[in-house]
Amino acid sequence: MLVNQFLFLAALLFCIGVYGVIARKNAVLVLMSIELILNAVNLNFVAFALRNGNADGHTFALYIIAIAAAEVGVGLGLVLLIFRNRRTISLDDLSEMKG
Amino acid sequence: MIASSEVMNELSSGWFLEHAWLIPIIPAIGFAIIILFGKKLPMKGSEIGLISMLSSLALAGGAAMQWISRVNSGTEEQFIAPVVRTWNWWQIGGMKFTIGQSIDGLSVIVLVVVAFISTLVQLYSTEYLKGDRRYTHFFAALTLFSAGMLAMVVAEDTILFLLGWEIMGLCSFMLIGHWWEDGANSRAALKAFFTVRTGDMGLLIGISMLYFASNEWTTKELGVSGFSIRGISAWALSGEPNSRVILIAAIALFIAAIGKSGQFPLHTWLPDAMAGPTPVSSLLHSSTMVVAGVFLVSRLYPVFFTGFHILGSGGNFITIIGGITIVIAAALAFVQNDIKKVLAYSTVSQLGYMMLGLGAGAWMPAVFHIFTHAFFKACLFLGAGSISHSASHHSFDMKKDMGGLRKVMPITFTTWVISTLALCGVFPFSGFFSKDEIIDNVGHNGYQLFMIIGLIGAFMTAAYMTRATYLTFFGEARGASAGIHHDEHHDAHASAHDAHDSHDAHDAHATDHADQGPHESGWRITLPLVLLAILALGSGFLNAVPFGEKWERITKWVEPRHSEFAPELHHAPFTWSKAGLSLAIVFIGIALSWGISTMLYTRKDKRLVGLSERNRVLRAGYNLLINKYFLDVLYEKVIVKAIAGPIAAAAYWFNQNILDGILHAVARFSRVFSGWVYRNIDQRVVDGTVNNSGKATKGAGGVLAPVQSGKVSQYGALLFSAAAVAALVLVIINS
Repeated sequence: MLVNQFLFLAALLFCIGVYGVIARKNAVLVLMSIELILNAVNLNFVAFALRNGNADGHTFALYIIAIAAAEVGVGLGLVLLIFRNRRTISLDDLSEMKG
Repeated sequence: MIASSEVMNELSSGWFLEHAWLIPIIPAIGFAIIILFGKKLPMKGSEIGLISMLSSLALAGGAAMQWISRVNSGTEEQFIAPVVRTWNWWQIGGMKFTIGQSIDGLSVIVLVVVAFISTLVQLYSTEYLKGDRRYTHFFAALTLFSAGMLAMVVAEDTILFLLGWEIMGLCSFMLIGHWWEDGANSRAALKAFFTVRTGDMGLLIGISMLYFASNEWTTKELGVSGFSIRGISAWALSGEPNSRVILIAAIALFIAAIGKSGQFPLHTWLPDAMAGPTPVSSLLHSSTMVVAGVFLVSRLYPVFFTGFHILGSGGNFITIIGGITIVIAAALAFVQNDIKKVLAYSTVSQLGYMMLGLGAGAWMPAVFHIFTHAFFKACLFLGAGSISHSASHHSFDMKKDMGGLRKVMPITFTTWVISTLALCGVFPFSGFFSKDEIIDNVGHNGYQLFMIIGLIGAFMTAAYMTRATYLTFFGEARGASAGIHHDEHHDAHASAHDAHDSHDAHDAHATDHADQGPHESGWRITLPLVLLAILALGSGFLNAVPFGEKWERITKWVEPRHSEFAPELHHAPFTWSKAGLSLAIVFIGIALSWGISTMLYTRKDKRLVGLSERNRVLRAGYNLLINKYFLDVLYEKVIVKAIAGPIAAAAYWFNQNILDGILHAVARFSRVFSGWVYRNIDQRVVDGTVNNSGKATKGAGGVLAPVQSGKVSQYGALLFSAAAVAALVLVIINS
């Protein structure tokens, strides 16, 4: 079974995700891009699991999905709090870490 | 058993049967369209909902027609095989999961009912929720809800079944909490969701158990996996399974049915679910949500049949739960003043009948009761909605705001009475043909005690429905239906019914009513009522056992003939004497309740008014009922507290004594230690070094400072480019 198509799609999704994380200013969109990256990885896992004919990749993917859900929960919570305190979720305005 | 020598006819099939999987797909697509584009459409998405339900109904009707001709193409004794189509869904390490449809008589009858009632409810909602602020979302959730139920009904395997089941759970949460701005509504939604979830655990456990127990056998004998419902059925009847395994699986599955179908002791969510808009209550309580549990039992009937030894015992888990539910829910219905809550408890009690029937081997009457109950209960709920919409100013309180409505709302009144008589089981209304058959067969199969409970339930049903009818339509008009417009009261009830009332578009609508007083509702409300009432009156004749075998059409079409997939069940012979007894009980119930209602509510008889306050026994009973047997208190105060309380206390204790103790000890030690370090090492050794290295760092920091911009995206870019470089290095090294 050829996995090329899956890997291409995953790479494409990954690149879109990376672009989103770097270029987007909206915190929610950045979170969504992170999801894209994670799911690109999932796709790779599943594709290789199919090729190798064992369930390890599927198991990994399921774990990643669960953890990604938790991660987004925390992330959105943070975004909400930031919005409450500062009435903005633009990442450009959040530069407290400036050295 | 089919003799091998007997000629097996070729069964006919057809396009509609082969494509029954489209029936749930269409509303699912409809849901997607509504949620994505609904707000931009001319009718705000309701047209998509209506069209998708209508097409589902058309397909379901076609499938029903073709199923009937399929049954007719077989011989009398022949098992009519379901129309099965499966696709590979996913594959994991040699395990294959299929998804597909399996259409037989049971699925066809439920498909038709669900699609029909959903269509009517959607039509009704276009009027009832006119101007609502989340109109589009309401239709989206309603459509997805129907899609979930339909998917569950066509399911060939337990996985798709579970999927539909959970979709319904989610949508019921969204619909019950439709007006979530009011705390009570969102609490009710949460309660429904969590109570049903408690039961859902049972479904997961049951499905997994059945899979692991049966997979080997089904793969070998039938070539299907242990998720296939047909496979599980054949396995359960094969005599192969360990009796303890199948008993535990059946109990687990039945717990799921208890949660979903509102059986005792998890029935508490159902009356609270009345917080949703009335069309939702109607759909939930007639043909979808609550029927899912009954459907689960009737679908996987062989598992229960073998697990509980249904034909060989005088009482089992299902009949006990069903029997208790019939009586306690009917008793609760007597003390409710909210018309929808009376109907809710009545639903709970009727579901108890279905469960009782299934538990006692009366499969066909129970399934037929699903069919008839759907029509008259939907009609009753929509009637209640019609009253609150057009007469009682969005109130559901029978004592405060209704009464004497029979003259102003003739259509609603007539349909209500027909459905009430059907619910009570009066000949020749549809309820008679199904409920009486259940009671009859339960007794016939050796469950005498439960037959008596069924008769008591019939008496109570007749009595509380008469009370509700009297309070709503007879006597003098009270409160809002008398045209009294009091703002204070309106505000109180705005919370009960519609928070949306006080908002924008609906405002004008609400004042309209205050000016007009009670009146009949528009055609989009009365048309569904009339159609449902006709069916409540006539649908019983589709399986009219009293008139002989020729009239038992549904039995012929729906009941699976005895084979390796279906257990052998017998029907009780019909006798007018037994039917006469239950009819007499119903009429006594109606008469008694009518008399007491007149004395209590209209003439205000001194001997009866306030009796429950004077008599200690009655007062205790009343308190027990009004507090719903204290089950809510038990769940929320005792169980939740008992679990959550000690955990919190233990965590606090751990925090105070262990963690803090460690912290204090560490702190004391580090203070002593750090004092020594400060004097000897820090001042002498380190400072010298630091001062020098500080200068070096400052220089380097000056160079690198621009990198620390505080911009997250820049950090991200650095991270990813570093990763890319590392990946490149890795590739070069490896190649």
